[in-house]
Amino acid sequence: MTLHPPPAFSDQELAAIRRDFPILSRTVRGGKPLVYLDSGATSQKPYAVLDAERGWYTQLNAAPHRGAHALSEEGTEAYEEARQTIAAFIGAAPDEIVFTKNATEAINAFAYAFSNAEAGGGGRGDRFRLGPGDEIVVTEMEHHANLIPWQELAARTGASLRWFPVTESGRLDLSDLDTLITERTKVVAFAHASNVLGTINPVEPIVARAHAVGALVLLDACQSVPHLPIDVHTLGVDALAFSGHKMLGPMGIGVLWARAEVLAQMPVFLTGGSMIETVTMAGATYAPAPQKFEAGVPNAAQAVGLSAACTYLTGLGMERVSAHEQALTGLLLDGLRERSWTRLVGPDELADRGGAVSFVVEGVHAHDVGQILDDQGVAVRVGHHCAWPLHRRFRAAATTRASLGPYNTPAEIDAFFRALDTVPDIFGIAG
Amino acid sequence: MDLYQELILEHSKRPHRMGLRDPFDAEVHHVNPTCGDEITLRVHRDGQTLTDISYDSLGCSISVASASMLAELLTGDDLGHARERFAAVRSMLTSKGADSGDEEIIGDAVALAGVARYPARVKCALLSWMALADALATTGVNLSEETHV
Repeated sequence: MTLHPPPAFSDQELAAIRRDFPILSRTVRGGKPLVYLDSGATSQKPYAVLDAERGWYTQLNAAPHRGAHALSEEGTEAYEEARQTIAAFIGAAPDEIVFTKNATEAINAFAYAFSNAEAGGGGRGDRFRLGPGDEIVVTEMEHHANLIPWQELAARTGASLRWFPVTESGRLDLSDLDTLITERTKVVAFAHASNVLGTINPVEPIVARAHAVGALVLLDACQSVPHLPIDVHTLGVDALAFSGHKMLGPMGIGVLWARAEVLAQMPVFLTGGSMIETVTMAGATYAPAPQKFEAGVPNAAQAVGLSAACTYLTGLGMERVSAHEQALTGLLLDGLRERSWTRLVGPDELADRGGAVSFVVEGVHAHDVGQILDDQGVAVRVGHHCAWPLHRRFRAAATTRASLGPYNTPAEIDAFFRALDTVPDIFGIAG
Repeated sequence: MDLYQELILEHSKRPHRMGLRDPFDAEVHHVNPTCGDEITLRVHRDGQTLTDISYDSLGCSISVASASMLAELLTGDDLGHARERFAAVRSMLTSKGADSGDEEIIGDAVALAGVARYPARVKCALLSWMALADALATTGVNLSEETHV
């Protein structure tokens, strides 16, 4: 966060942004304007992204890194240019960008590197060796995508899983940092921004402690890369995962970034065509990163689409996207505070906070709240948002979550609260 | 909105026959993994008669109301009637709105007819019914078919 954030988008700018997203002009549930407050689940896509994907198929379609014909050359060039643009968007080198099908696969690729280290698997991999007595550290606020791969890794290797607890105000409790991350810790994986609480976690002290004991750090940046200026080297982590579809890009593409020397040592996960150097019937040697992690014909159209999304976001300016979403987050927090029949789950302050705002209406199940909002055209997420342990910790079977994108407007926040204010009457609670 | 019929709200606020009771022949625990809704359901059977259905449920108004309607409707039923009602409710809920339900057969559960138009909510309404079918299956009764113990 900067001390003097640039102003949020003007009404005129917002109107122009919204015209770039065709879906935002459609209606739902009998002609009601769509109020889309579910960008934390997936964002909507601008024409620039849709056109880029279509352009791939109408002009360039060929299998990248295979063949020597004109389309293959141009397609390969477009695919690798996309890698450069996406790398630049997070301050990385192009060869440090591994394309996956989504962030979940990116995290699994990193987790499986640890269980593949013993087999050799395309890297010397000593830093990835893991076994009984070793420890993996995560947090209680992880999305299942950054929890279950580590549970499974622990089960496969005999290593133990430990986690940071979450305070009542929705922050990581780092008071036991030095006893949770120890010489036994081999990897620390945590969310940069919580998809439920909105909390932006303090990266620096965790990385400092992890590196002091020689552990690798993976950051789940799914909820931060779409909303904040990100520079991987400033963050200081070893690896970072994010998905394309949450940042205005297409579905079907995610990114694993890792520092070049980490990727060089990292054993492979998926194997097959185009990730090899030489192959005999008895064995194979592998291409350097990132190719050794991209087996099979890649999702090139999606890579080109994600590149267009990065260019679009850069055009908006990530500082301004962040400031705009902060302003709307403030409106959401203010509105919930005014309604004593709601209970916020997450920090009630803008500092170190993103635009995922989850809450409980006391006495009314989140599915029922979501249904009432949906009936009025307001799309929110209800449920446990793939963070079941976190919901247990906050004594909620489910929450209602409003989450933001750069195209959301203050008028939409008003519409959300108008719809929410019909809930108490319908369910007979004191509103 | 018309989904939330007065009957649904009444059943969800004051669920009938709620609470886990003894004796019972089978107990199951079902969850709806998309939202975390849970039900623990017990069934007690005397030959062909369902003498008690008791449950503890944590969920949305649709899932709680549906469990309440089920317990009210099927307690005391013989298996033949239970199968008929089970089939009628399932047919209504999966009809996408085409089957508005027969009150003679499914009682208060006709109020759930509107749920069929919201595919995301059908699982909520079916949760307790599938739990009952599962519980009876463990006692050797298939609620979906005319096969007898």
